[in-house]
Amino acid sequence: MARFPTWVVIALTGALSLSLAGCSSTGGKRAEDARKAAAAQGRVAVNTPRWTFAMITHSGDGDTFWDIVQSGAKQAAVKDNINFLYSHDAQAQQQAQLVDAAVDKKVDGIIVTLAKPEALKAAVARAERAGIPVITVNSGSAQSKAYGALTHIGQDESVAGEAVGQELTDRGRKKVLCVLHEQGNVGHEQRCAGVAKTFSGTVENLYVNGTNMPDVQAAIGARLQADRSVDAVVTLGAPYADTAVKAKADAGSRAEVDTFDLNAKVAAELKDGTLGFAVDQQPYLQGYQAVDLLWLYKYNGDVLGGGRPVLTGPQIVTKDQAATLEEYTKRGTR
Amino acid sequence: MSGTTTDRPAAPAGTSVAETFPRTSALRGLLTRPELGSVVGAIAVFVFFACAADGFLRASSLSTVLYASSVIGIMAVPVALLMIGGEFDLSAGVMVTSSALVSSMFSYRMTANVWVGVGVSLLVTLAIGAFNGFMLTRTGLPSFIVTLGTFLMLTGMNLGLTKLIDGTVSTKTIGDMEGFPSAHAVFASTLTIGGVGVKVTILWWLGLVAVASWILLRTRTGNWIFAVGGNKDAARAVGVPVTRTKTGLYMGVALGAWICGQHLLFSFDAVQSGEGVGNELIYIIAAVIGGCLITGGHGSAIGSAVGALLFGMTSKGIVFAEWNPDWFKFFLGAMLLLATLLNTWVRRRAEATK
Repeated sequence: MARFPTWVVIALTGALSLSLAGCSSTGGKRAEDARKAAAAQGRVAVNTPRWTFAMITHSGDGDTFWDIVQSGAKQAAVKDNINFLYSHDAQAQQQAQLVDAAVDKKVDGIIVTLAKPEALKAAVARAERAGIPVITVNSGSAQSKAYGALTHIGQDESVAGEAVGQELTDRGRKKVLCVLHEQGNVGHEQRCAGVAKTFSGTVENLYVNGTNMPDVQAAIGARLQADRSVDAVVTLGAPYADTAVKAKADAGSRAEVDTFDLNAKVAAELKDGTLGFAVDQQPYLQGYQAVDLLWLYKYNGDVLGGGRPVLTGPQIVTKDQAATLEEYTKRGTR
Repeated sequence: MSGTTTDRPAAPAGTSVAETFPRTSALRGLLTRPELGSVVGAIAVFVFFACAADGFLRASSLSTVLYASSVIGIMAVPVALLMIGGEFDLSAGVMVTSSALVSSMFSYRMTANVWVGVGVSLLVTLAIGAFNGFMLTRTGLPSFIVTLGTFLMLTGMNLGLTKLIDGTVSTKTIGDMEGFPSAHAVFASTLTIGGVGVKVTILWWLGLVAVASWILLRTRTGNWIFAVGGNKDAARAVGVPVTRTKTGLYMGVALGAWICGQHLLFSFDAVQSGEGVGNELIYIIAAVIGGCLITGGHGSAIGSAVGALLFGMTSKGIVFAEWNPDWFKFFLGAMLLLATLLNTWVRRRAEATK
């Protein structure tokens, strides 16, 4: 291999020293590390055996929502002395295979999402036959019990949608645009159907391509321009709320933007009044409770919820709670 | 010097190695086998996970790995044949979902025995394959464009038609309908062999590999496939029915999609209409890792099976090894590059000694 020309070395050294000297005194990686160190880490609170729990979700790659679920599960795992394994696949068949692999590994407990319930049925039954307790989270509250899971932790999507519809009615809205960012997601359909059920005005669904943000913005903007009577836009995921806000500005519309789920940006926008309200299903709680309840079951035979789903939402968040939430969303636990 | 000749005396000057020592040409024959690189890779990955992953060597784990490989492998076989024939198919992933949807919705709407739906689905899926072949040979457009078009149309139709017919994005369950148990047995049952559950898709997979290998190596059709992939015009000049061969290859892919689709349907009762996107690349990756040339004319069915096995081992091995799955795609990409480089290198060495 040829030696680096001298000027390359000089440039690299220069860049490195500049970046070291120009360190930011606020925020960034260092502040994050400090926060992490402050949180109780590396210390185990229980002296039960080191069990292995596997969590298998239907998340796609790089989804912020599932990072929060994971972070809840991981902190509960540290506390409960659990070896926590996480895997995910957006394709139902692959997700089922991952559950099979966890059963083959003979883990001590399985946490699984039933976004596509039929596909997971056989795999969950196999876990049950192998004597591995299963807890379902997030989606699948209707099927959880029938498939033999201990309990379900999550938000009922229809109930969450109904809460949004009610809130919009209370706010005196007339025409709502419900933005679905994932075609083929049953939970999304249920949310918008729930909104339509309790909302006194009219609800229109708008399908957008969630993996292409500029496209989402253009689609919402075009719709708002075409229909001036829309006075509220509901997005089904936190990242889309900000996009809807931008689209609204482009279109010169006066519609209120509301959203399902939280992130740091949503919390900030709630605080300054850009967003009307958000419905939080508390993903951190879903991960945390799943691990903790499995541990309780293994240790003490405890089951929470009496055979009915344990609901983590919907919690309606407005300007009033935004300030407190901002801190939590920044560290990625809300 | 090539490693194949070091263990024997130097060939007299002026004579080619192959003429003097027939055994060397057998060795070279082995080296030029398209699947050699992938077999080496597969052994390496297997040994690696056997050491790194706890419980990987357990019979039930291996059965899970084989199952994961088989659902890719069933499609990788016809996709490999198609690639040897010089074309490729981007619609293969969603075609699996389409096939399952047709079967499920036809049976449910008509309240027919599910086998009727299975039959209709076979016809429809083969028709999609024939459409691909027809468009390709009639328009002369590259297969990339033709099948990209089909891919997009099928993706839209899967969602649109399901929503239109069933009102939701997934089909109704057909688990309680007549014929379901027998169809389940054929497409999605689990056989117990020596106390270990083995999915029937593994048998379908092995069967397809055997049939495809026989076609490629022992029949006239096999020669045609290599010929149209190597040089279409030369093949046509010596009387190979190019149009028929290519259309047949696309229908072969459709047949694979039909088998996979029926497996999907009968193992899960209901089908999600948005699935399958992206899988076409996985099939192509399996075929390429297995030694198929992107430019056609070279490859094997067994190679595609090894490629699928590599894929299954990696995707599940990472779970068994308790690694962060975020790195899976990286690992896969590195493997694809390595396997292809190894293949190219081996072939160059072998050709250099000719």
